Amino acid sequence: MIRIDCPWCGMRDHSEFTYGGDGTLTRPDPETATLDDWNDYVYLRDNPRGRHTELWHHTQGCRQWLSVVRDTLTHEVFEVASARPDSGGEASS
Amino acid sequence: MGRYSVFSLIRHGLSGHRHWPKVWRDPEPKPAYDAIIIGGGGHGLATAYYLAKEHGITNVAVLEKGYLGSGNVGRNTTIVRSNYMLPENAHFYEWSLKLWEGLSQDLNYNVMFSQRGVVNLAHSQPQMEAAARRGNAMRLNGVDAELLDRAQVRAMIPHLDYENERFPIYGALVQPRGGTARHDAVAWGYARGADARGVDLLQDCEVTGFLRDGERVIGVETTRGTIRAAKVAMAVAGHTGQLAAKLGLRLPIETHVLQAFVTEGIKPFIDTVVTYGAGHFYLSQSDKGGLVFGGDLDGYNSYAQRGNLPLVDEVISAGVAMMPAIARVRVVRSWGGVMDMSMDGSPIICTGPLPGFYLNCGWCYGGFKATPASGWCFAHTIAQDRPHELNAGFTLERFAQGRAIDEKGVGPVPGHH
Repeated sequence: MIRIDCPWCGMRDHSEFTYGGDGTLTRPDPETATLDDWNDYVYLRDNPRGRHTELWHHTQGCRQWLSVVRDTLTHEVFEVASARPDSGGEASS
Repeated sequence: MGRYSVFSLIRHGLSGHRHWPKVWRDPEPKPAYDAIIIGGGGHGLATAYYLAKEHGITNVAVLEKGYLGSGNVGRNTTIVRSNYMLPENAHFYEWSLKLWEGLSQDLNYNVMFSQRGVVNLAHSQPQMEAAARRGNAMRLNGVDAELLDRAQVRAMIPHLDYENERFPIYGALVQPRGGTARHDAVAWGYARGADARGVDLLQDCEVTGFLRDGERVIGVETTRGTIRAAKVAMAVAGHTGQLAAKLGLRLPIETHVLQAFVTEGIKPFIDTVVTYGAGHFYLSQSDKGGLVFGGDLDGYNSYAQRGNLPLVDEVISAGVAMMPAIARVRVVRSWGGVMDMSMDGSPIICTGPLPGFYLNCGWCYGGFKATPASGWCFAHTIAQDRPHELNAGFTLERFAQGRAIDEKGVGPVPGHH
């Protein structure tokens, strides 16, 4: 079990969460984005073996989206913060 | 290489089986080859075999970071089928199945290919209609498919849960020519065949970097020294991301872990491969008697070749719902393999994206059954510098071009395929 220290709910099992994938992607601005920008955003991933910044949704808890830094080889969690910087959740690490 | 036959068995039996020759050599790396293939798993070894056999290219090395077949070719549930709907997939996997049908003879190595059939259960009228549509698509593509009603399924597999009111069994789509094979034997058979044709199989030889001449890839740095080659090919599904990063490539792939399980050996219990339609679960029985089964991905990016308990619970729950009789059988082993989950669920076999480089990746769950055709098509792509008709659709550019081959129609979410 991966344990995620939710800023609102405390340390919880990952089975309470829904995985949201790569958390480093930014949706392109539809006014200015080229097809290449969309291809990068929709399809291409860094897919690192090691530290990975990713989104987890606390579906069975506070229902907040979290930004988690986790090692994809060891599952060690380094950092958990709200995915929305203005939401008031404190980062824990 | 001595040919295996009943006579060689008797001859070696008379001397107590003490003098069988080594199955392949353990050569030292040469400084350069015509082609090198990174990855000594099923696909890499099959590629080397077909490069030598079909294209006469034998100055080839296969580089394996561990021992041959230590990755996903030894971590799957051994299912072979070609029940695809989209033309690119249907023709490719059907060619693979045809190669499977002659593989033991071709390799002179028993891969224990058993065409026991693959049964996909349907649990509602819409699922039956989808099954009929898929079955019709398969038959139009020249693939065998049969639609069974509930009574026919019951006659074939009497011990499914026919009393389940939430997920009643309406019928099934069956591919009679599908089945299972002995997974390790496939790697060993291809390795033996490639070695006999002069291919160097280099184990404990991890690629640590690439040699470049501008854009062009001209060789690799390995833990056993520098090796140059005019053609550098990569078949390392599961670890594609790790090596692509060394080339500065971003690919339409995420790496995820998939678990599989085997129970204690029991008497003959199920003589086909059966998959659940109301959850993700697939089951067959090995020749040793163990029930071999698997289900869904763990659901998050992972390079760890081990899984997590919540998914064990989910897979086994689905299995017991489908076939309650297995509830009392003990699971003796489970393992995890890491998958290249591509963005449309279909693989990539192509030249490039750099000069001198060839890419074979993105196999999702389906790499084992694809082994013969993957090697066959990749060898053609490397030898001719262009894809074969059978893998012409499996390009890297298809995503940007809007030509994704999305069998399930679920969109660019790797874990959903």
